Amino acid sequence: MSNLSLFLGCVAPNRYPGIEAATKKTFSKLGIELDDLEGASCCPAPGVFRSFDKTTWLTLASRNIALSEEMDDDLLTICNGCYSTLKEAETELKKDSGLKKEVNEKLFETGHEFRGQHDVRHVIEYLYQNIGVDGIREIVSNQLDLRVAVHYGCHLVQPLKEAGSGLVTNDITFFDELVEATGAKSIDYEDKMMCCGAGGGARAAVQDATLRITEKKLQNMIEEQVDCIVNACPFCHLQFDSGQQDINKNSGTNYEIPVLHYTQLLGLAMGFSPEELGINLNSTNTAVFIQRIKEGFVTA
Amino acid sequence: MDEMTGENININEQLKEASTNALRCMQCGVCSSSCPSGRHTSLNIRKLVKIAGRSSDILKSDELWMCTTCYNCQERCPRGIDIVDTILKIRSISAYHNIILPEHRAVCQMLLKYGHAVPINDDYKIKRTEMGLEELPETVHKYTDSLNEVKELLTSCGFERFTEDNTDENKTMENTA
Repeated sequence: MSNLSLFLGCVAPNRYPGIEAATKKTFSKLGIELDDLEGASCCPAPGVFRSFDKTTWLTLASRNIALSEEMDDDLLTICNGCYSTLKEAETELKKDSGLKKEVNEKLFETGHEFRGQHDVRHVIEYLYQNIGVDGIREIVSNQLDLRVAVHYGCHLVQPLKEAGSGLVTNDITFFDELVEATGAKSIDYEDKMMCCGAGGGARAAVQDATLRITEKKLQNMIEEQVDCIVNACPFCHLQFDSGQQDINKNSGTNYEIPVLHYTQLLGLAMGFSPEELGINLNSTNTAVFIQRIKEGFVTA
Repeated sequence: MDEMTGENININEQLKEASTNALRCMQCGVCSSSCPSGRHTSLNIRKLVKIAGRSSDILKSDELWMCTTCYNCQERCPRGIDIVDTILKIRSISAYHNIILPEHRAVCQMLLKYGHAVPINDDYKIKRTEMGLEELPETVHKYTDSLNEVKELLTSCGFERFTEDNTDENKTMENTA
């Protein structure tokens, strides 16, 4: 049994299965077999559900963590939104015994218990702290010759006081370091830390407005002539990838920046093909990018 | 403007309680200048903080739902006001009084029916198998007992109130808020 179970969330398994496959393949290559988290649900999403009713939000979140605890695992999430929900729920329940009791009374009815003896980990935070930049560098077989626009996404780093990962300092570089461990170059661009636009239920509520935020980021990335966007969150991934198609349709533009989750970038550097990592399944056409990868955008 | 009905007093009290922190606001505008949504939408977070707790008009404001919860404003507020957390509390009051955007009600219905806010569909079942993954992920999608558990928990939390469109209550709010 490994010490980690993979929490899938909604968007990765149901819209970007390449991210699920890439996570499993890259961890397997690292010698870590991720346990399936059978019967997990939506985290539930921090934007709408936390907004609406905190009890519901906390109860479902604690059920997901409890499933992982039942396997004696820490829970690994590949999504900033899920991280925000699950980490915050974990933190609140660990420090507030009254709240924990209240939630457990509901969970007992379904045969579960939140014990609070394990941790919620984000894949980027886990790789940085447990494998390390040098560890990644060692396992990489193909040096990626790519200019990358790193998109941290809000809930990997904010709110700072609750992120609790120990990685948030005045100079936030942990994600850039992991990207550069693959041989790629993390390119600085204007408003790099800005939101993708999707969070907080805004994508559902005012999609066109959120796409204006997204487009601003895309323009800033293009300014620096990047080859791709690398994110740590399937929801940001959706907003950038599917969002480019929406913007092109609405405004007659021609955005075509490939969007990769970090596990997909790492997969390329480990020698998996773009198809094995589902990079071809994006909404935005990735054919040119894939061709260039195959023609030596990587150096063995 | 507000008629002092029982319902209305209740809402005003709830808003006031949710927003005590915002009373410290000196309207410096650091929040607005760091708000990515405000640069591209009509959201003016400074104004929202100003009226939070002071008027139930905020519940009818579209801007309440334009915040992406990026936390820039909260991290930078020189008065240490928990702006995003306050927004979330006010949204919750809104939802409880059945002022819910149809798009968000639809997301709630998805959660109650499938246990996922974004459920699978046939196209993605095919894409999963093409990737060498099983057609259904190892989630509530694959395990009916687990889905029933989630539904049971949602019911025990009274979550149905957000999925059912209670038009009468909506009318009440139109008159009072």
